[in-house]
Amino acid sequence: MVGYLVFLLLGLAAAAYWIGRNRAIASVNGEVARLHSLPGQHAMFLALFTAGPALLAVIIWAMVTPGVESSIIADRFAAELSGMGVPQVEAFIRDARAIAFGGLVGFTDPAKEAAAAVYKSIHTTSLWIIWIVALVLAAGGFFWAYGRIAPAYRARHVVERILRAFLIACSVVAILTTIGIVLSLIFESLRFFQQVPFYKFLFGTHWSPQSAFTGAGTEAGAVNEDIFGAVPLFAGTLLITFIAMLVAAPIGLMAAIYLSDYASKSVRAVAKPVLEILAGIPTVVYGFFAALTVAPFFRGMGESLGLNVASESALAAGVVMGIMIIPFVSSLSDDVINAVPQSLRDGSAGLGATKSETIRKVVLPAALPGIVSAMLLAVSRAIGETMIVVMAAGLAANLTANPLEAVTTVTVQIVTLLVGDQEFDSAKTLAAFALGLVLFCITLALNIVALRVVQKYREQYD
Amino acid sequence: MTDAISTLGGGRPVSVHTDDAAKARLKARYAAEMRFKWLGAGAVALAGFFLVLLLSTVVTQAWPALRMNYLMLPLDLSAAKVDPAKLDGFDFQGVINDALTAEFPDVTSRQDRRLLRGLISTGAGTFMRKDIAEDPGMLGKTVEYPVPLDDFADLYLKGLLADIGSDEAIATTVTPSGTTGDIELTFGDDGMLALARGHGATEGENGALTLTSGAASLLLALDGGTVKLTALAPGDNGTAVAKGLVIEALDSTAPAATGQAALRVIDTPESSRKISDKEIVWLDRLKSEGLTESRFNSIFFFTGASREPELAGVWGAVVGSFLTMIVTLAIAFPIGVSAAIYLEEFAPKNRLTTIIEVNINNLAAVPSIVFGLLGLAVFLNFFGLPRSAPVVGGMVLALMTLPIIIIASRASLRAVPPSIREAALGIGASKVQTVFHHVLPLAMPGIMTGTILGMAHALGETAPLLMIGMVAFIVDIPGGFTDPATILPVQIFMWADFPEPGFQQKTSAAILILLAFLVIMNAIAVILRKRFERRW
Repeated sequence: MVGYLVFLLLGLAAAAYWIGRNRAIASVNGEVARLHSLPGQHAMFLALFTAGPALLAVIIWAMVTPGVESSIIADRFAAELSGMGVPQVEAFIRDARAIAFGGLVGFTDPAKEAAAAVYKSIHTTSLWIIWIVALVLAAGGFFWAYGRIAPAYRARHVVERILRAFLIACSVVAILTTIGIVLSLIFESLRFFQQVPFYKFLFGTHWSPQSAFTGAGTEAGAVNEDIFGAVPLFAGTLLITFIAMLVAAPIGLMAAIYLSDYASKSVRAVAKPVLEILAGIPTVVYGFFAALTVAPFFRGMGESLGLNVASESALAAGVVMGIMIIPFVSSLSDDVINAVPQSLRDGSAGLGATKSETIRKVVLPAALPGIVSAMLLAVSRAIGETMIVVMAAGLAANLTANPLEAVTTVTVQIVTLLVGDQEFDSAKTLAAFALGLVLFCITLALNIVALRVVQKYREQYD
Repeated sequence: MTDAISTLGGGRPVSVHTDDAAKARLKARYAAEMRFKWLGAGAVALAGFFLVLLLSTVVTQAWPALRMNYLMLPLDLSAAKVDPAKLDGFDFQGVINDALTAEFPDVTSRQDRRLLRGLISTGAGTFMRKDIAEDPGMLGKTVEYPVPLDDFADLYLKGLLADIGSDEAIATTVTPSGTTGDIELTFGDDGMLALARGHGATEGENGALTLTSGAASLLLALDGGTVKLTALAPGDNGTAVAKGLVIEALDSTAPAATGQAALRVIDTPESSRKISDKEIVWLDRLKSEGLTESRFNSIFFFTGASREPELAGVWGAVVGSFLTMIVTLAIAFPIGVSAAIYLEEFAPKNRLTTIIEVNINNLAAVPSIVFGLLGLAVFLNFFGLPRSAPVVGGMVLALMTLPIIIIASRASLRAVPPSIREAALGIGASKVQTVFHHVLPLAMPGIMTGTILGMAHALGETAPLLMIGMVAFIVDIPGGFTDPATILPVQIFMWADFPEPGFQQKTSAAILILLAFLVIMNAIAVILRKRFERRW
């Protein structure tokens, strides 16, 4: 229904454009030069004022109504809902909506049927309201703007100002995203820290939130604070990241050096796309590769050496993650190495140094800050990587430094805590947001430091 | 200088740069140089090796899933069996089962019949119903219809189940005592005893051997039938006597001459195999009669998800991915390009724009799963949008791709030389006209390239979509932006978790499809760049 309204408004806008153009030309009897703004600008002015406010109203309506409707339902059926907890109320409203508008219904009862009927009538009313509001706004905007079209009217200024406001609004979306991320993470984490003190979360060494509730009948509020110790997750993340960097740092760096200083043109023409393809492969494919090929390989190798390698060992996940990061490290290092001025290389060569001596004793020291920051960015990438560890690393939170054992990571736990869970106010699901906040803060800090270092370093040679 | 240069016999000057120690030093330096170079080349080669390993693993696994074995059975759809008026509730699976049992008249026990029916996919009847609804002309006669096989039968015919044995000719005569049921076989010499011992037979008294279900299976083919050996004992005069269970009736009790009977040894014990001896014999017979046919696996490409490996398809996930990408593009492209235009062309240098810039750079490095948390907290819980819907997935991915598009678009706008802007402004265009009529069209190829690469990145993204419930098991093909859907990478993730070996191939094949889409998108980006790239 709203879709038709949007299409109607777009149609009206097109009509208004045509009318506005004709009106502008007619107002000067075809002598377009006498107009302050071009006919197209007048037309755009009319179209914008016809459809703009109405579309804005529709957008606001679409964002607000679901919440308003739910709260009206919750209000009217307060008696039926009084004995229920928050998840049940949400389920009730979800089912009522599903009965009213079609969808997957959990199970139905008379109260829900009644709620669905009310839902339907409220929705019909609100649809009527938005249709009338939108059409009134469209008509009002059209007539107001139509009256303004005159040879001396500065339609261009108005249109350009609106356009500029739109451009600014679009750039602010990026900021809004960040604010949304920060606020949602902090808000949900605070709810978590109300139930579990943050020092127990940050410094506790026992992690088993899946056992937080033994069954549906468990009293709310009876949260065991001691099972939310995230240290094993941090340790596991660090272990896998360390293994990944052990693979990615030398290979990526050496590949970058070889490609920038040694490789012939034809080698580069092959090797660069290879690295780009490696970078473009989705992480879920790496995860599949890790779980199906690399992990059994390490397990078999360990068996033949008499070692007991877990089938979800940190080693397999770490190595595959390292492979994934190789192109990242190499392209960042490549930029950094290429930014070292040629004069430094020429000077070194002039003193009789071989190429490798130049690289090791001149280029790399000069590029060191950049390489360090590249590594920091790679570490941040490895910490935030999800699919490989979800598919290839374990779920049990072992506090160990042995790469042959299974460990779990922050991202794995976020996924396991949230996937499949519909209710949203238990300490278990909220813990995922606390982990998300930690993850966000760490990666942000790493990025900021790394970008700073790069900037400082670039200025040195620019 | 005199201490550095001295003269030796031939009058050649020898210095610290040319004496033996210097030569050794130089040699060592050159060796170090070579080592360093080979180290670098090795790193590149290793990266290439990883890529080849990864791709070859996926491709070799995926290859078999592109084809599937069907059973070409003559199905009796005459009016006597199928009433055209009552098609809705009709049991087509029953018709297929009847046709199959008709092929094996000597399979009579309930247990064996159930085993036989298990060769056929449980969804075969559903497919048939669909095909008949499309082509009612099939009704009223006997048609040859391709029936999809069960996943293990299919894998066996593809030769993908481990240890399906090999035939060995018997170097002696064999005489069977009957043609059906439990029979005795007399071998001309006792070579069979040693062979059975070598394959895990249990020793009994007087040199008797029993082949339990934990031992290898010995299937003896003779006289046009197949016998499974169950026990062996030494007979008179150096012969051997075996007890056997006839799986497929023999034509006669004629003794098989030397080299005529063939023994098939399957080393994996029957109890630890997914396919029994009987099924193997039946499938071999169906195959030798030309009733099985390997065809293009249309089920995989054109159906939705399923828990049965042979019925699972990617079409639902492909449609879900497509819908999600449309939403992502519709949101991220206009907003990203507008933001880039503002920041590059209009924005004054002030605190706000600096904050926006730093912010965009940081946003590009935020882990994708955090965007999933944002989507869960804001879109699902705050705004109450539906779970598992492409519209929410598209919005989350749009926020994630936005920084990529903005950064690429800004680079592309910056590459347009200022002279273009000055010329436009010089002939009286407004700032907005300059940008939209002159700068933007010139920057468009670069912007499109960046957008396509950003979309390719979004297409492969999995983690944030797990957060907003796109991991649900959805059989139906999504029809709209708010229908529950799953997407290709999430489908891959889900299939990779299923234990059935049939899903392993399907996972690889789905990966191949995903990679194909990515290759196409990247190829378009490369072509755009090559075709429209302009150097100023």
